[in-house]
Amino acid sequence: MSKFKEKLESGKFVITGEIGPPKGVNIEKCLHDAELLRDYVTAINITDLQSAVLRIGSLAVSSKLIERRIEPIFQLTCRDRNRLALQSDLLSAWALGIENVLCLTGDHPTMGDHAEAKPVYDLDSVQLLKAASTLNQGRDMSDHELDSNPNFFLGAVVTPGAEPMEPQIIKMKKKIAVGARFFQTQAIYEPDKFESFINQVKSLNVPVIAGIVILKSAAMAKFMNENVAGITVPEDIINEMSDTPKEDRKKKAAEITARIIRQVKPLCQGVHIMPLGWDELVPEIIKEVEA
Amino acid sequence: MIVAEQKPLEDIIRMIVPYERVLILGCGTCMTVCDAGGEREVSFLHNALQLAQARSGEGAHTFSEHTVKRQCDPEFLEALGEKTADVDVILSLGCGIGVQAIAEYLPDMPVLPGVNTSFMGMTKESGVWDERCAACGECRLEDTGGICPITRCTKGILNGPCAGVKNGKCEANKDMDCAWILIYQRLERLQQLDKMRRYYPPRNFRAIPRPRRIMSKAETVTGESNG
Repeated sequence: MSKFKEKLESGKFVITGEIGPPKGVNIEKCLHDAELLRDYVTAINITDLQSAVLRIGSLAVSSKLIERRIEPIFQLTCRDRNRLALQSDLLSAWALGIENVLCLTGDHPTMGDHAEAKPVYDLDSVQLLKAASTLNQGRDMSDHELDSNPNFFLGAVVTPGAEPMEPQIIKMKKKIAVGARFFQTQAIYEPDKFESFINQVKSLNVPVIAGIVILKSAAMAKFMNENVAGITVPEDIINEMSDTPKEDRKKKAAEITARIIRQVKPLCQGVHIMPLGWDELVPEIIKEVEA
Repeated sequence: MIVAEQKPLEDIIRMIVPYERVLILGCGTCMTVCDAGGEREVSFLHNALQLAQARSGEGAHTFSEHTVKRQCDPEFLEALGEKTADVDVILSLGCGIGVQAIAEYLPDMPVLPGVNTSFMGMTKESGVWDERCAACGECRLEDTGGICPITRCTKGILNGPCAGVKNGKCEANKDMDCAWILIYQRLERLQQLDKMRRYYPPRNFRAIPRPRRIMSKAETVTGESNG
């Protein structure tokens, strides 16, 4: 049974990590990154062609983690598959031992490196969650019976920093109604705003895992502020990074990340750390937070 | 209306190479309104093709021009009559439907598309047209405050905004409004936010197999009054 599920359902605080599969067939580096995280996280998200850039699939890498007894959270987006393929990949995932699934709409193909591709979106994230819940109940979307059913632990995403906030919460409630049992959020840099979001969704009684992206530089913060939905890195954090000499940036990044985690920890049921390549900082950050 | 853009002149010149006598055929309905292929554009294109031929010194085309009221209606194609008698090809400035209607009506006559048919839309301002309908066959504007998520959301999703909305704009195009934020704002203004709280199931693509056909249930109205 999913340790991730067990921990969340017993009210424990969880830490999850994230790995982006590589472009190409050399998966040693990404498995090595997973090994680095193994002792510090409960489960690791495997992204599904993140930013709509062609890579190895999340199903294959999730399966490789299962072989190594590391628990994956299989990310599944609606961008590239119709309902037949989505349901089939879910059945395949279960057959490979995958239990945790994060259902997303998926970045539009124009964001990635195959901008001319046909966007699919036969289902949206809410409909995908419902489809997966239906499989859990032993039937497919056309109400045909399955020969033995999966029992996925289903999750979804929410953006606490979105403006306006209400459409996000409306959609979050729909996701819960069709089977989302946990939420992972977009990166949090403003604990105050996160707190006001949490206050609005507390009564929904669903575990929220706060997204934490390790900030590598002031330039990255500015880029995200301009281009990434739902992320606002405040000026004081940007200044903290830009005032730090380059050789001390990693140390500073770890310090800022640990501070944000300490601030959000009392508000939610876990943190999801996205190291974006600075994976070696994760153990240090977690030790710092747990100390 | 159907909105189109005229193809680049060099594409049109390349298409007509095998043919000597070219009839440039305009359409008096949508293509006239969207400035892509009405009487005026037919005349401009006629001049442009003649000029290009004179300048290059290549080609020995002769051009004629004509505009029918609607290329998509065989009734109006009858009016073509002998205009097609002495031509080798029709260069249609009708939409994709017009081109195909001519191809069906004149089985022995080659027909070339002079425009790229783009979408069904409305006039935003003079010279600007915006797409508004995807002809999905299952109109849901009742539930979405009169704003179509299938057309105006780049992902065509049905249950609210994706995580890609920033400052009310779409992740795929920062100049484009997020359809779901527009829907949210309008439903809120109409005090109908409950419509957004409902679950909308996946679309039924079986209900809209391509190509589609509609048979009139009312008595057929003939004549030009429906133009």
